[in-house]
Amino acid sequence: MTVTDSQKMAYVAAQAADARVNLQFETEDGMTLNMGPQHPATHGTLRIVAQLDGEQVVRCEPIPGYMHRGYEKLCEVRTYPQVTTLINRIDWLGSFANEVPFILAAEKLMDVEAPPRAQVIRTILFELSRLGNISLFLGDLGIQLGGITIGFYAFRDREFVLNQIEAATGGRFHPNFDRIGGLKDDLPKGWIAETHRAMDRMRRLCDEFEELVLGNEIFQARTRGIGVIPADIATSYGMSGANLRATGVDWDLRRDACPPGLSYDLADWKVWTHPDGDSYARTWVRLQEVRESTHIVDQLLDSIPAGPIMAKVPRIIKVPEGEAWVATENPLGEMGYYVVSKGDLVPFRVKIRSASFNNISVVPWVTRGVFVPDVITIMASLYFILGDIDR
Amino acid sequence: MGLVESGKLPKPLTQLLSLSRKYSLWVYQWGLACCAIEMGSAFASPRYDVMRLGVIPFPASPRQADLVVISGTVTDKMAPAVKRLYDQMPDPKYVISMGSCANCGGPYWDSYSVTKGVDQIIPVDVYVPGCPPRPEALLEGIVLLQERIGREDMAERWKGDPIVVG
Ligand code: SF4
Repeated sequence: MTVTDSQKMAYVAAQAADARVNLQFETEDGMTLNMGPQHPATHGTLRIVAQLDGEQVVRCEPIPGYMHRGYEKLCEVRTYPQVTTLINRIDWLGSFANEVPFILAAEKLMDVEAPPRAQVIRTILFELSRLGNISLFLGDLGIQLGGITIGFYAFRDREFVLNQIEAATGGRFHPNFDRIGGLKDDLPKGWIAETHRAMDRMRRLCDEFEELVLGNEIFQARTRGIGVIPADIATSYGMSGANLRATGVDWDLRRDACPPGLSYDLADWKVWTHPDGDSYARTWVRLQEVRESTHIVDQLLDSIPAGPIMAKVPRIIKVPEGEAWVATENPLGEMGYYVVSKGDLVPFRVKIRSASFNNISVVPWVTRGVFVPDVITIMASLYFILGDIDR
Repeated sequence: MGLVESGKLPKPLTQLLSLSRKYSLWVYQWGLACCAIEMGSAFASPRYDVMRLGVIPFPASPRQADLVVISGTVTDKMAPAVKRLYDQMPDPKYVISMGSCANCGGPYWDSYSVTKGVDQIIPVDVYVPGCPPRPEALLEGIVLLQERIGREDMAERWKGDPIVVG
């Protein structure tokens, strides 16, 4: 093993960054608690440094960057079809949902539109990835609060959704299935009936979750009134998704600003909000969202039109000069891509707006004065994914 | 355990020790990125259920672990922490590197912030390829590692070559 100079420098830089944070916190009074970067309650490698006064948090700061993989720079050296392989992995639980806004932005620049059949199937897969994502949240929340049972249930039922994604796309996790102008393949035989069954399972999971967790006295004691975020704070921090809806703001990009290329208007569904803004509200909104998603999928499955799956696009994709911004309502919130093209095979610049970064930027505000165990509940109910924060 | 490490024990005793080590691996879950979710499926979901292989996935700290699964992207910022936690594990310790990222950098082979392969900082026993590997692949990696532990001579512990699944 040889250590290059650049590795040495990176090591020194990392140590220096650590030392600076430690110094800043430790020179003041009170005790400093360091959670992470490897901690079961942080969904990956987020580091949280909290300054305590007894059991109470005086100041708490998330330190992101442990999972920074340089997506925006890498996108500049990948061709348009190759980019989807990368951006799958930003929010790794809802991977198909990450591809869609980028593909839509590219379609907008090229002025092509996917055929109706592809649009509907795209929307179904989008919702399936939302189910795969949020069902894990439901299980994970239980685990963080010490109730492991629901975690097993969630993992069990999530497999049925993953199976459907795999049957259609070939990938359990990172489908890389969306193409500019349509989808890679048509649906396999028997997929629709099987997906209906999977949706039934998800609804049963929701019922189980409601009985086991939401109605549980301990759960209520630990989440009700904890981590209250008012609507104006949430909007000023740029929060989105279920975290925002849990503060009472009725805002969902699927309904309000659905970009062309997704067909949410074919289904009849509802946006759920909760007025409280606490950890309980966030959980409740997500639970309702899972239910609503299963209904969207059920309705769309019965209204898939016949027709081709791909529009006519050239084999070698060159995107004409221009700029496009497309944002969609991903499982975690608003995710958007700002694509600048100079008429090349590769994008000139891709700016990625991912939901989790804004969602956790509220943490220093919301954790002031709470008790240490509540930090865990708040972080768990804010629900972020590290790849989505650091990118 | 100085006697065991010197390899001077009678053979039946060594075999007995190996057998018991093989079926009582405590694995520290090192979830770093997407692969961590597949590792979670392998370890925590009833469908894959790793405990039937005699692997216990819930040690609270690396100081109690025999095996660590590095699942996901190791970035340059994370690398010192990886090294530190590995150093805290008691010997004999084993490392499974799960996913292309931990093996070699994977899709981020040309990224400026990703460590191209965790084997640059800690020794790896089993490489599980895939992006992400299916939970079955991780289980296969664990079974192969167990086979290796079963055959292992403590004196030879550090001389072996890594195993590659697949
Ligand atoms: S190997 Fe693939 S799935 Fe695993 S962490 Fe890396 S990018 Fe994610």
